[in-house]
Amino acid sequence: MADYNIMELMICAASRELEDGASIVVGTGAPNAAAMLAQKTVAPNLVIMFEAGGISPLLPGMPISVGDSNTTWKAVMASGMCDVMETCCRGMVDYTFLGGAQIDMYGNLNSTRIGPDHQKPKVRFPGSGGANDLGSLCWRMMVMTPQDSKRFTEKNDFITTPGYLEGGDSRDESGLPKGSGPYRVITNMAVFDFEPKSKRMRIISINPGYSEKDIQDNCGFELLKVPKIKNTKPPTQEELRILREEVDPYRYVIGR
Amino acid sequence: MDVIDQGVGRLFTDPDADNARAFFRKKPRAMTNKLMTVKEAVEKFAHDGEYLAIGGFGANRIPTAVCHELLRQGRKNMGFAGHTSTHDFQILAAGKVFNKLDIAYIIGLEARGLSPNARRYMQSGEVEVCEWTNYSLSARLKAAAMGVSFVPTRNIMGTDTFKFSGAKIIECPFTGAKYAAMPALYPDVAAIHVHEADVYGNCRIRGITISDLDLARATKRLIITAERLISNEEIRSEPSYTVIPFYLVDAVCEVPYGSYPGNMYGEYFSDEEHIMEWMTVEKDPDEFKKFLDKNIYNCKDQFDYVRANGGMEKMWKLRHQELKILNNEK
Repeated sequence: MADYNIMELMICAASRELEDGASIVVGTGAPNAAAMLAQKTVAPNLVIMFEAGGISPLLPGMPISVGDSNTTWKAVMASGMCDVMETCCRGMVDYTFLGGAQIDMYGNLNSTRIGPDHQKPKVRFPGSGGANDLGSLCWRMMVMTPQDSKRFTEKNDFITTPGYLEGGDSRDESGLPKGSGPYRVITNMAVFDFEPKSKRMRIISINPGYSEKDIQDNCGFELLKVPKIKNTKPPTQEELRILREEVDPYRYVIGR
Repeated sequence: MDVIDQGVGRLFTDPDADNARAFFRKKPRAMTNKLMTVKEAVEKFAHDGEYLAIGGFGANRIPTAVCHELLRQGRKNMGFAGHTSTHDFQILAAGKVFNKLDIAYIIGLEARGLSPNARRYMQSGEVEVCEWTNYSLSARLKAAAMGVSFVPTRNIMGTDTFKFSGAKIIECPFTGAKYAAMPALYPDVAAIHVHEADVYGNCRIRGITISDLDLARATKRLIITAERLISNEEIRSEPSYTVIPFYLVDAVCEVPYGSYPGNMYGEYFSDEEHIMEWMTVEKDPDEFKKFLDKNIYNCKDQFDYVRANGGMEKMWKLRHQELKILNNEK
């Protein structure tokens, strides 16, 4: 078995969810690494965009900012924020990767605050940035995050970015674009999707070294399960080589 | 039009399009020489209590010199558009320049982590906040640039971000679909850093424009800092390169390395060492005060600031780093 760390496993698992010819808006860090790896493996024609305006660059390395010069390196266009967000709103962006301090069973994300007082929060985070926009407007939102029972919570302190809101049809009824929403959640322990009717998070595959009990014990709400839970395929030697040599040679992300 | 739902956040600016027209009716159109120092521009066009917006993307093509000058002149009680803001926010929070804040992205410096001082300020209760998203604020600027009082968008609905915003939910008169109505944002003053400008304010930008083209049109007063001045003849030799025309601009300031320590596309990369120094020194308020004295309060202008951080040699290295990216050399 190949020797790899959790971050490498999560990035490889995420990259395999992207198909050739799809489009994605990504941020810095692990999402960017997953998109770059996909471009060099399963999805050579993946269209990568950045919210600040970089369109389809030939990324020379990992950006520090979604607006730095890496995001327009040999790009087809240097555009702007409205253009990218409106491209999402028109329905031409398939995927986005997001994260947060809290996530609930419907995939709603909190990146705004902890504590009840909005004007004087106990802990303040950056806020939405482009997350609410991308989680609202892209077809499929994916989340890559470490998992524990504090982060996977029964009730978020704040819903910054919409998942399936209160489940069922509530997302479609809210006015958000129909048929959009969370698609996968990829953690150190497992990969999840969302049950089509209730829109609740459910286990679809378990990462090497973990059990169903580990996964439920590290989650603040009851998880659903698909009838046949799979084992998450570990990274291949080739994926690891590309990830370590070409995608993140300075180990900015995979060294975390 | 019926309002289906609305956020509890307060609007810090007036979205009324006729009030904006009344202002723009009096804005000078003559093509005059607007060259001045950053000190003069901030004295003349940015005042206590007004609403401020900063162009660029946090630590990319930002008007650093204007941010520093706002601290040196002790501006207070301003409203601020925390739109894609990172290092610019960090500077303004260090001077407590604003106490009313539209939030899309604050405190963080993306992959670099969170600013300890900016976070302390935002957890102090001293700042009145209204919650938005990056696209929401872009759309609000777009509405203002269009000269209307709102535009409809499809983000934000169903979330707490909406509940704590100043947006409203309305029904489309054609389809019956629900939309978020984003009120126009007409800032009192904005500063944008560009690659090239003439003395009248005709500007060229290379690379991504983020929301700056709408911001330049939405703001009542506009301070331009430019890497370098070019002649009006050069502007007229290729009008398709101009993205901001002179009549939007109130002040033109030539500031070489004006986005430092931020990245400037095709010119120089960000000084990551110096930005990390900011993040580290902020943990200790006493050390941070000394750091601000050295880098802002005891500096006269951006030349002094650049000199205090390695001068031409550092700029040459950052330029080399940027061009290395552009040439894809290893």
